Amino acid sequence: MKYMTEFRDGEIAEKIAGAIKKQSRKKIRVMEFCGGHTISLLKYGIPDLLPDTIEMVSGPGCPVCVTSRGEIDTAIQLTENPDVILASFGDMIRVPGTSESLRQAKAKGADIRIVYSPDDAVKIADENRGKDVIFFAVGFETTAPVTASSIKLAEAMGVDNYFVLSAHKTTPGILGALLAEEVRLDGFICPGHVTAITGTAMYKPLTDACKPCVVSGFEPLDIMSSILSVVQQVEKNVATTEINYRRVVSSSGNPTAQKIMGEVFSPVDAVWRGIGVIPNSGLKPDGAYKRFDACAKFGLKITTDEKETRGCICDKILRGLKKPVDCKLFNTVCAPEEPVGACMVSDEGTCSIYYRFGKEGREVAAR
Amino acid sequence: MPRADYITLARGGGGRASEELIEEVFIPAFSNAILDTMSDSAIIDAPENGKLAFSTDTFVIDPIFFPGGDIGSLAVHGTVNDIAVSGGVPKYMSAGFVLEEGFPISDLKKIAASMGEAAKSCGVSIVTGDTKVVARGGADKVFINTSAIGFAPEGIKLSPKRVEEGDLIIVSGTIGDHGIAILTLRKGLEFKTEIVSDSQPLNRLVEAMLEAEPDIRMMRDPTRGGLSATLNEIAKASGKGIVIDEKALPIKQSVSAVCEILGLDPLNVANEGKLVAFAPQESAGKVLETMRDNPAGRQAAIIGRVGGAGPGRVEMKTAFVGNRIVEPLVGDQLPRIC
Repeated sequence: MKYMTEFRDGEIAEKIAGAIKKQSRKKIRVMEFCGGHTISLLKYGIPDLLPDTIEMVSGPGCPVCVTSRGEIDTAIQLTENPDVILASFGDMIRVPGTSESLRQAKAKGADIRIVYSPDDAVKIADENRGKDVIFFAVGFETTAPVTASSIKLAEAMGVDNYFVLSAHKTTPGILGALLAEEVRLDGFICPGHVTAITGTAMYKPLTDACKPCVVSGFEPLDIMSSILSVVQQVEKNVATTEINYRRVVSSSGNPTAQKIMGEVFSPVDAVWRGIGVIPNSGLKPDGAYKRFDACAKFGLKITTDEKETRGCICDKILRGLKKPVDCKLFNTVCAPEEPVGACMVSDEGTCSIYYRFGKEGREVAAR
Repeated sequence: MPRADYITLARGGGGRASEELIEEVFIPAFSNAILDTMSDSAIIDAPENGKLAFSTDTFVIDPIFFPGGDIGSLAVHGTVNDIAVSGGVPKYMSAGFVLEEGFPISDLKKIAASMGEAAKSCGVSIVTGDTKVVARGGADKVFINTSAIGFAPEGIKLSPKRVEEGDLIIVSGTIGDHGIAILTLRKGLEFKTEIVSDSQPLNRLVEAMLEAEPDIRMMRDPTRGGLSATLNEIAKASGKGIVIDEKALPIKQSVSAVCEILGLDPLNVANEGKLVAFAPQESAGKVLETMRDNPAGRQAAIIGRVGGAGPGRVEMKTAFVGNRIVEPLVGDQLPRIC
């Protein structure tokens, strides 16, 4: 309980806000990479506490949002086989693919089960030996080790009807892609939990390009103090990687998690929704674990042709080029009940967060 | 041949087996003068002023037994509370059961007994009922519909239209208990907590409140969708803005902790024995005291006021700094909680 209140102290927030105001001279754009950070920013009204010199930009750090249409279509295609049970995280089933979502497929009779952990999918496979059970694996380095561990669990249990459709994404590739964007970003609030696994080495290309990187926790005071650190670096013209989340993150990351990912997966090119193909930014079961790869088992290839619905600017939002309020569909035809774009689906999607907690753009009651 | 100790299709067939089920399970649990006549319909007295309150609700909760109650007591409380918060005095209730073939009769007896006790404690008579049986898989265990008739006293004018700027908003106790109690029992989420459902009747509390202050503007019980859904409905219906204070919200520490772990907002989580009342500023203190004197309102608290936000909007002064909007829950994160 202590952790739930001491990092949300309004008085300390005002003090940090004062320091930021005092020290911030240059006009800067800071990207918070992670959807969890965007939630805290909006939920606690942090932008209201920042001076005009600082513009916060949301990044692509929502695993559900960056899962490509092709990956969802493939998952749906797998469920057309009556001998298949697809296990998925709850968020994922609402995301529209090219023509439908997993939820629509489920309503039409596909056997889709919601799980909270891939180990539950292994359990389902164990209990349904006559069926093929496929875990639709999404997420960054935070969830990939758990998927890897479920594969090892299935092997140890002799569950040979468990497979993984991997839509996992890894962070280093996307960081490079963000650097290449036409929009200038001056600093990064880096994802705390991803870094807890990967360590900080992957931020070197960013700091080499003079972009300060501050690894942050998710409580409002974590984020406020991380913004202050970015400001201090920018004002001093330095760019280093700082860990402002020492209670969880070390610079070398989590070697056990890194090891299991390395054992089970190989890197593959992956399609990021709205962004496109990024080389070696995906993971698939390989080597001794290749037989767990659902694509190999069912002879499927994930399509890379990605078209957004007309008018939807999720692609630009995921890259930090636009904000939800810039979208004509936001709060008019696109709302969490009937999401058009992926960013409105997940609780960690930028549009959904702006819709639920933001005060901007919500005056037009179009629902 | 003795009857099976589980529900068979014959039990819903309308013949001897159905009749025995009624005699064996429902009559002992619900018995009252009107029901015991076993007529096709219940003949009941009307109030002198001829005004009735009438409400219905259907219960499909899973699991059917949970800490703090079961589907039977919930089915009574849910409908009684709908009558109560609109100012009615609940009197008579109907109970319709859809039973799945194979459902243990011992469980049905437990549920019926719990309904009977709940009705008695609310001062309500279950005067008519119905039972249907569907084949295995056609329903899940047991579904219950209850409808209730209440007397609507003269002069009841509770309505969101009467909400005025400056009115204070009172909630009758801790929020989110029911939804979290149910959620922690769900497959794959087996948390060990001591959180129990708040399922309880509110009719005595409402009677006391209206006696203390007949000018209470309106009341609602925030069930599915939680307090945020209810406050948003009221804001829209009244055309007024609402600002609540996060620090004033009564929330059990254990409920906060589970919400934090699962990324839920207690404002969106269901309650089954709480009400939210809008009272004139001058008399809100008196209403609050009256509520705290009642077992169903011990932890009542003033949580906000009308005004300070745009028309139809609900905002919350956060414990951090600044305000954020309070949006009703979207989607179906917690199906079958009532």
